[in-house]
Amino acid sequence: MRSIHYGTESQMVRKEFTVRNKLGLHARAAAKIVQTSSQFQSRILIIKNGREANAKSMLDIMTLSCPQGTQVELCAEGKDAAEALAALAVLFDNKFGEE
Amino acid sequence: MPPGNARMILKGIGVSPGVAIGKAFRVDRDRVSLVYYYLPSPAHTEKEKTRFDAAVDKAEADLKAIKSKIAGEFPEHSFILDTHIYMLRDRMLYNETIRLIEEQGINAEWALRQAVENAQLIFAKIEDEYIRSRISDVDYVAERVLENLTGQNRRSVAGIKERVIIVAQDLSPADTLQLQVEKTLGFVTDMGGKTSHTAIITRSLDIPAVVGLENVYQAVRSGELIVVDGYAGKVIIDPDEELLNYYYERQYQLENYRKEVARCAELPAETEDGYTIKIQANIELLEEVVAVIDNGAEGVGLYRTEYLYLNMDTPPDEETLFWDYREVAEIIYPEMVTIRTLDLGADKIPSRMREWGETNPALGLRSIRLCLQEDELFRTQLRAILRVSGITKNVRIMFPMISGLGELHAAKDILNQVKQSLIQESIEVDPDLQVGIMIEVPAAVAVADLLANEVDFFSIGTNDLVQYALAIDRVNENVAHLYEPLHPAILRMVKQAADAGRFAGIPVSLCGELAAEPLYAPILLGFELDSLSMNPMAVPRVKKIIRNANLEESKEHLKEVLQLSTASKVNEYLCNLAWRRFREDFELFEDEMGRLPVVNGNPQ
Repeated sequence: MRSIHYGTESQMVRKEFTVRNKLGLHARAAAKIVQTSSQFQSRILIIKNGREANAKSMLDIMTLSCPQGTQVELCAEGKDAAEALAALAVLFDNKFGEE
Repeated sequence: MPPGNARMILKGIGVSPGVAIGKAFRVDRDRVSLVYYYLPSPAHTEKEKTRFDAAVDKAEADLKAIKSKIAGEFPEHSFILDTHIYMLRDRMLYNETIRLIEEQGINAEWALRQAVENAQLIFAKIEDEYIRSRISDVDYVAERVLENLTGQNRRSVAGIKERVIIVAQDLSPADTLQLQVEKTLGFVTDMGGKTSHTAIITRSLDIPAVVGLENVYQAVRSGELIVVDGYAGKVIIDPDEELLNYYYERQYQLENYRKEVARCAELPAETEDGYTIKIQANIELLEEVVAVIDNGAEGVGLYRTEYLYLNMDTPPDEETLFWDYREVAEIIYPEMVTIRTLDLGADKIPSRMREWGETNPALGLRSIRLCLQEDELFRTQLRAILRVSGITKNVRIMFPMISGLGELHAAKDILNQVKQSLIQESIEVDPDLQVGIMIEVPAAVAVADLLANEVDFFSIGTNDLVQYALAIDRVNENVAHLYEPLHPAILRMVKQAADAGRFAGIPVSLCGELAAEPLYAPILLGFELDSLSMNPMAVPRVKKIIRNANLEESKEHLKEVLQLSTASKVNEYLCNLAWRRFREDFELFEDEMGRLPVVNGNPQ
């Protein structure tokens, strides 16, 4: 499934998030991020203290090691960057459907 | 020497008789052993990548299939499968493997293994313990792909598809029990000895087996034609036509002899001079009762009850045990079933006990000691046995590893308490229930006269008795050659225990592997035991030999043997006796058994 994007121009979007679910970005949350990110063409990074993880890689996200309370920056670059970030924002905001 | 040639002939210890001819199937006990190689040329890179891709595709399809099967019922598990599916294509594994194939020109197995090792390094640095432990998911996923790459299921012996000869470094008792009998022609391992648990099980399942081969696992390729000669303890790898024909012929002759022996299996073991000894069977699984009856065994002299406790996270409940014991007892009726209470520990360890980390398990918290400490475990089993006794009236209880009166009293106290509480619940218990003990600790032999006054029967367990008396770990191949059941010390201990039992007027049985050895039958008879109990397969031949024997003669032979100074002298004596007196029962096995020496001009 590919989202409709507004233009043909590549764009870069950044936004800060806090990991708010109790367990942090462990396997289940990481899987959800991968699932969502993979629906977009944009390159998406999760950045923590200058370290980057590819948001389409489970193992990258898990090994970035983000427990509850971690501040991360999401950075999407591509034609559908804005939608990608919006979709991921929903996940972060509702704590990946967890506590 | 048999005619012909082979790529290789290995000599080990034949532990389960018979000849098997078939394809080898290598089984890994835990980790896949992989073949690593450099690709012959850059031209092969693309092909290798495609091969890897196909393996990943298949793993993905398999995982998705499992997921759709369980998704509705177990959403939690289906989520784990999702994470596995994502990991398959994760750049840390997938892209990295592709990169390694391209850049280093190595095969996919090697590349993937390297990618996994790199991931392990990254995971090891993570502080969060939970995430760090998720490396096991990575391993699991990689294992699936590796399996597809090598094209066979090596994860467990349960997945074998055709009839094969299993080749392994070692298999645990639990692994061995998973063997599918109908798919297994034969069984060969690097480790193990004659009385290792694996040997006992293959023998009881009537699968030819050779153990202690040291490097058969290295030497054999899966799919290669091999011959297992369980009598001679030989494994022949890739024989030429001449040698192969020799083994087909041998297989045929042995089969004929066996049929002849089987035909008279039902007859009692009565000597020429009218002494009858009961020949009973040792079993471990309910399924084996068929073999007990088929082989003409007169009841079960030893029902090992550990199986239901192995491979389980929690011990079985009373009902499970009750129905298992009841079924055995009812099938064997009117003959008796001697149920040995839990003998867990040493080489038979349920998963939850492994973490106790015994440094010297044979001398540790095992068997009756474990039962006396884990009171509830013991009581549950006793309740089940006692309930069955009230219904079928043909079971006996036997405590293992009793070392003296203290332990015996403690075990009997618990038994009586359980009995009383059943009676209070108005549940019937056999009022004539017999309670006996294994004589398998040297201390028990020394006080056999005292013990005999307080039990209804003895059963001499030679496997452990040899181990404890000679201080030989029976599964340690470095000292396996010192495990000598014919050691004069052992024979004298058996004599002492048998005499003590007879003096007290209680029946004495012998239930170790010793009893199953046809060569030993004539002198075992001399001990004037009431019964011998052995793996069911051994029953017909031992019965046949005893029918041709003579008690008075055997007593004389035993007297002489007890004066001999070493195990090898005893062995020599028995070989001569066998050759002189029971030739037709031994000649087929002659040089193959490697223990009929040239003595006094006897033909070899």
